[in-house]
Amino acid sequence: MAVAPTDLVLPAAPARRGRVATYIRRHPTIVVGGGLLALMLAMAVLAPYLGTVDPQALAPAKRLKWPSAEYWFGTDMFGRDIYSRTIYGARVSLAVGLSVALLSIGLGMTIGLVSGFNRWVDAIVMRVMDGLMSIPAILIAIALMALNRASLQNVIFAITVAEVPRVTRLVRGVVLTLREQPYVEAAIASGTVNAKILWRHIVPNTMAPVLVQGTFIAASAMITEAILSFIGAGTPPTVPSWGNIMAEGRSLFQVAYYIVLFPGIMLSVTVLGINLLGDGLRDALDPRLARRL
Amino acid sequence: MLAYIVRRILATIPVMVVVAIFVFALLHLSPGDPAAIIAGDTATDADIARIHAKLGLDQPFYVQFAEWAWGLLRGDLGVSIFTNLPVLKLIGQRVEPTIALTVSTLIVSVLVAIPLGILAAWKAGTWIDRVVMVFAVLGFSVPVFVLAYVLIYLFSIAAHLLPVQGYVSPSEGFGPFAAHLVLPSIALGLVYTALIARITRASMLDVLAQDYIRTAQAKGLPNENVLIRHALRNAAVPIATIIGIGIALLIGGVVVTETVFAIPGLGRLTVDAILRRDYPIIQGVILIFSAAYVLINLLVDLSYAVLDPRIRY
Repeated sequence: MAVAPTDLVLPAAPARRGRVATYIRRHPTIVVGGGLLALMLAMAVLAPYLGTVDPQALAPAKRLKWPSAEYWFGTDMFGRDIYSRTIYGARVSLAVGLSVALLSIGLGMTIGLVSGFNRWVDAIVMRVMDGLMSIPAILIAIALMALNRASLQNVIFAITVAEVPRVTRLVRGVVLTLREQPYVEAAIASGTVNAKILWRHIVPNTMAPVLVQGTFIAASAMITEAILSFIGAGTPPTVPSWGNIMAEGRSLFQVAYYIVLFPGIMLSVTVLGINLLGDGLRDALDPRLARRL
Repeated sequence: MLAYIVRRILATIPVMVVVAIFVFALLHLSPGDPAAIIAGDTATDADIARIHAKLGLDQPFYVQFAEWAWGLLRGDLGVSIFTNLPVLKLIGQRVEPTIALTVSTLIVSVLVAIPLGILAAWKAGTWIDRVVMVFAVLGFSVPVFVLAYVLIYLFSIAAHLLPVQGYVSPSEGFGPFAAHLVLPSIALGLVYTALIARITRASMLDVLAQDYIRTAQAKGLPNENVLIRHALRNAAVPIATIIGIGIALLIGGVVVTETVFAIPGLGRLTVDAILRRDYPIIQGVILIFSAAYVLINLLVDLSYAVLDPRIRY
């Protein structure tokens, strides 16, 4: 898993334009995935300027209108504009994906580094992680949400708890391999303090796999958020998230399938973008694995 | 070999202990009074006191854990707050549809994924390989309930080929039973199929690069013989591992699939329990699902020796 920095350097291209073209040709998935993600981020940030109305505004007279020039994605059973709700829903999904990825990487790296460097801690922490990993992630999140009031912060917390064991495992694995490397042994032999070894030799080498893992965590966190909201254990109904919109459309699916369709497409496209980006990053950062997967 | 089996079985004990502690601690880790949250916003003090007593929250922490753990060992998962029925009995009533759904999904996924993975590895670099890989990425990206609704729309509402929702027990006829499981199995199985196909391809690519494969081909053995007898047998261990680990995806997906397709299984039980904040049921379901997951992966581990005769413990 360890990647030497030299692996990341692309062959020099003569002109700037040529370099961009070469990069796109060499890493099409990064470009396509990153592009989709950037599009969704732009949509989330610019939501108020994209012809949207208040996503919570009720209009009982205009209930269940099919998509038309006036209501691009139609309206739901309270007359709320699905287009506006879907656009604003991107904020919730992306916020959850990004926060969970950052938090679980931060926590997982800390625990994984300590665990990889201390046999005593390792023995205990890994038993706990084995146990947690044998509970399907979504069930951990469901259990935590069932006992906490519905809020965006609680959703992020619940999904983070479910994702931390995987990051911890990954980081610990990398640390254990790196410890056997001659340059780390040399650093230990020459009396370098542990903190410095960690910071100079270990942490930089965990970055590539953790970055790749982070994208997959973001993708799976967004799906988990949507599932939690869909089954009524996620973000509160006052927050328009893609899972909430789909949950509201559930009972009306046979008469108004568009309510479920549009947030479903958005969620799939966003997750696809992040997955492509992650695949591309893995290919670029770890050429040995790239050939195989 | 026997020693290995015993050691491997014993190794599941600490895992299940951690699971049990986690499930128990959930109730106590949450901020505030769990009884008040379970009782809901409209509860009176008497309601809260009643739930306190029922969950044993009025006793010291270690007494609660000891009683709860002792109950577990005797197969007592507690009593539902809402229905007052034993949790184990409620789970027993709902387990059949969930087993039917997961087993049919497992079979369909494995039967589709492994040939796809072999094909992609054999034709590596061609358009066939690319199509399989694109399918795999899409499989990871389309959430189970989105696919479920697309399938319902296409095959049930538009084409009238399959039932929209519901579950029919096999005792009421195999035809309707199978018809009701087709769409849920496809929806639930997509991620799992994508995962297995991807690992099968990777594992096969590794093996196909070996010298003995070239020798087999040089001897003039037919392709299917080389692929199945020489390559797949040697690629089997990682594939079996991912089939076991991937079960977690099925268990997570079951909750959603049963909700969309109105299947009265453990997933529905969980969702209903969440809405009623019926905590003993949620704890019980998590324990059962996790125990099943640990048990399946134990069996997968033990199967290595069968799959690969070189492995001797």
